[in-house]
Amino acid sequence: MIPEIGQYALILALCVALVQTVFPLAGTIVGNRNWIAVARPATQAQLMMVIVAYGCLTYAFIVNDFSVAYVAQNSNLALPLAYRISGVWGAHEGSLLLWVLILALWSGAVTIFSRSVPEDMVARVLSVMGMVSIGFLLFTLMTSNPFERLIPAAVNGRDLNPLLQDIGLVIHPPLLYMGYVGFSVAFAFAVAAMLSGRLDTAWARWSRPWTNVAWLFLTLGIALGSWWAYYELGWGGWWFWDPVENASFMPWLIGTALIHSLAATEKRGAFKAWTVLLAVFAFSLSLLGTFLVRSGVLTSVHAFATDPTRGVFILAFLAIVIGGSLALYAWRAPQIRSRVGFALVSRESGLLLNNVLLVVACATVLLGTLYPLLLDAMGLGKISVGPPYFNSVFIPLTVPLAAMVGLGAMARWKKDNMATLLRHTRVPLVASIVIGLLLPLLTHGGYSWTAAAGLTLATWVTATTLQGVYDRVANKKNPVAALAAVPRGFWGMTVAHLGIAVFTVGITLTSIYSVETDISMAPGDQHDIAGHTFRFEGVVEVRGPNYTAQQGLVTVYQGEDRVTKLRPEKRVYLVNTNPMTEAAIDPGLTRDLYVSLGDPVGANAWTIRIYYKSFIRWIWLGAIFMAVGGGLAATDRRYRTLAKRSADAVEIDGATTGAA
Amino acid sequence: MSPTQRQRLLVVGILVVGIGIAATLTLLAFQKNLLYFVTPTQIKSGELPQQRQFRVGGLVVEGTVQREGVRVQFDLTDTANSVTVVYSGILPDLFREGQGIVANGKLTDNGVFEASEVLAKHDENYMPPEVSDALEAAKNLPDKLKGHPK
Repeated sequence: MIPEIGQYALILALCVALVQTVFPLAGTIVGNRNWIAVARPATQAQLMMVIVAYGCLTYAFIVNDFSVAYVAQNSNLALPLAYRISGVWGAHEGSLLLWVLILALWSGAVTIFSRSVPEDMVARVLSVMGMVSIGFLLFTLMTSNPFERLIPAAVNGRDLNPLLQDIGLVIHPPLLYMGYVGFSVAFAFAVAAMLSGRLDTAWARWSRPWTNVAWLFLTLGIALGSWWAYYELGWGGWWFWDPVENASFMPWLIGTALIHSLAATEKRGAFKAWTVLLAVFAFSLSLLGTFLVRSGVLTSVHAFATDPTRGVFILAFLAIVIGGSLALYAWRAPQIRSRVGFALVSRESGLLLNNVLLVVACATVLLGTLYPLLLDAMGLGKISVGPPYFNSVFIPLTVPLAAMVGLGAMARWKKDNMATLLRHTRVPLVASIVIGLLLPLLTHGGYSWTAAAGLTLATWVTATTLQGVYDRVANKKNPVAALAAVPRGFWGMTVAHLGIAVFTVGITLTSIYSVETDISMAPGDQHDIAGHTFRFEGVVEVRGPNYTAQQGLVTVYQGEDRVTKLRPEKRVYLVNTNPMTEAAIDPGLTRDLYVSLGDPVGANAWTIRIYYKSFIRWIWLGAIFMAVGGGLAATDRRYRTLAKRSADAVEIDGATTGAA
Repeated sequence: MSPTQRQRLLVVGILVVGIGIAATLTLLAFQKNLLYFVTPTQIKSGELPQQRQFRVGGLVVEGTVQREGVRVQFDLTDTANSVTVVYSGILPDLFREGQGIVANGKLTDNGVFEASEVLAKHDENYMPPEVSDALEAAKNLPDKLKGHPK
């Protein structure tokens, strides 16, 4: 009964989404205010319906209703409750429902937090989001219904993929989807602005906080996925340039470009047409990511069993969204005039360079990801593009980007003086070269010029960013008060840029000073790595709630002192009898000790993988900095006061609603 | 030149330089780093890509997995022909006899494939698309091309 309610709720949500799409948009065209007013209630009603549907599926998981095919395939009586709840998005159908739910939540948020935006604009935005909703609801109902019954019901379920029974999976997909789908808001604002023909700076101001929030979720989602792959896949890597990782990274790159371009559009009215295009691409790439993951065209950890109808559906949907919005763009773009001049040395130029580099970087990732698929589709052979390609293209593009970060942020809008700018960077330049050259002396692995270069870059980013803060308060009478008066948007930028420095330290030192070995060890054997002695004590059998495991014990010493005891496991789950490696990690700010069990060899020896990972935590720490920065910027008071001011203006205006 | 023209020139200049650098880097990297996928049958008939490094895929032949410390040796088949693969290191969890896998590495002079990486996927029912295509192709081979999988 409950699953049927879920199914009806989903169908109702589709009907309501149709209303949400058609009436408000028609209202803005014919000028019917009653129709425009439908937007908010319809959106909220759709959200309610989707919540009901989602709740029904979660309920089916909690009570182990194995008469629902999806539950029977992805749950089990022995599965702990937490994983039954997160198991809802453990496979294709449910994660699609989660996508729909998150889209409805973002739309709902727009109805609440856009009181200051003119009603006709809100109507257009919600209508565009309704269109996206229709697409995904149709997709769910037609090709991937999570409520399909299994008759007769299974006695027990086939269990959740063991790889996904982990805290990382509980939060990784929702965060990632919050980011992906969040770009639909920026997309909807851009399309709405094009529809209205009012491509002024107002739409940039409205969509800036939304874009920041979506970007911060995407940043966290990607970082979490990287962390999860690091400890769960047992390879100890943090990024593999796997096509699915690329699928989430491309919208991030464009999203980052969009954040910066929106700043120029809002503050100076520059790059208007370009910003609209970026907003369209950020969301299109999110959809492309969904297509790549869901259609099964990829060889990847994330690929689910292939179903061609799904691939065709998303491809068609993608074509409509991209084709439609680009057609609209072609129609409207000629009307956009950015009549703002700026000098060669100015913040606009910096942002332009930032955008070019990010977009080009994204294009190289796109090429490396799609080229093999294209060749295969045309029957020209099967190739793959591995990490060496991405590393050799990506690093030369991102290093100048990082080097420019502090400088660009320091430069003034419109026109700055190169001599002044250089004078301000004298101290950071000397400091970063000295510190960068000296720091590698402190490491255990011997001097490395690459490390020196990476650390110089990281120090340079830090120093120039802090110089930017200093410049803001240096000539003020009361520096403390001046510091307090610095707006949150600026702090957000500062923290995010410092995140780049932290991240740079992480990748540089991890790639240079990490030590990795696979060896075969018998109980009592010792192995020395990076000043640590790893002693293999043996393997015992342990039982978990729904698995049994061979648990190894490795004691780590540093000289005479015992550092830690690591217990890596090789698990076999009761239902899905795949072996699963659980690495044991002793985390630290400057190094991780990482041990995982391979296979038994001979009587009681095992192959064991021992890693010493230098500074790997800094990679994710950098991402956290960036996300915090995004959050700070999104909560800048300016957006609220601006919002209030335009709301006041509307009240004074009285009759007309579209005054902003 | 008016300021607007100068600005346009600047924008175009940055774009051209940026895209130029990127295109050069990309093409260079592409040439060096494309990995071709090859089936055991193609190895047998000598159809090897120019590059030394390539990928080979197939099913792990039952009863051929030998371990010696961290060194592993096994045969990989597309059901028509097979190739011996050696690998040093820890294999992925789902590496098993009969499982479809993809190995990344190069062919040594004595016809043994030395893998630097072995990929098996994290779903027991999932077959890498390349491998299932290779098996399909092997099925349709004329009999004279079929060797005897070891």
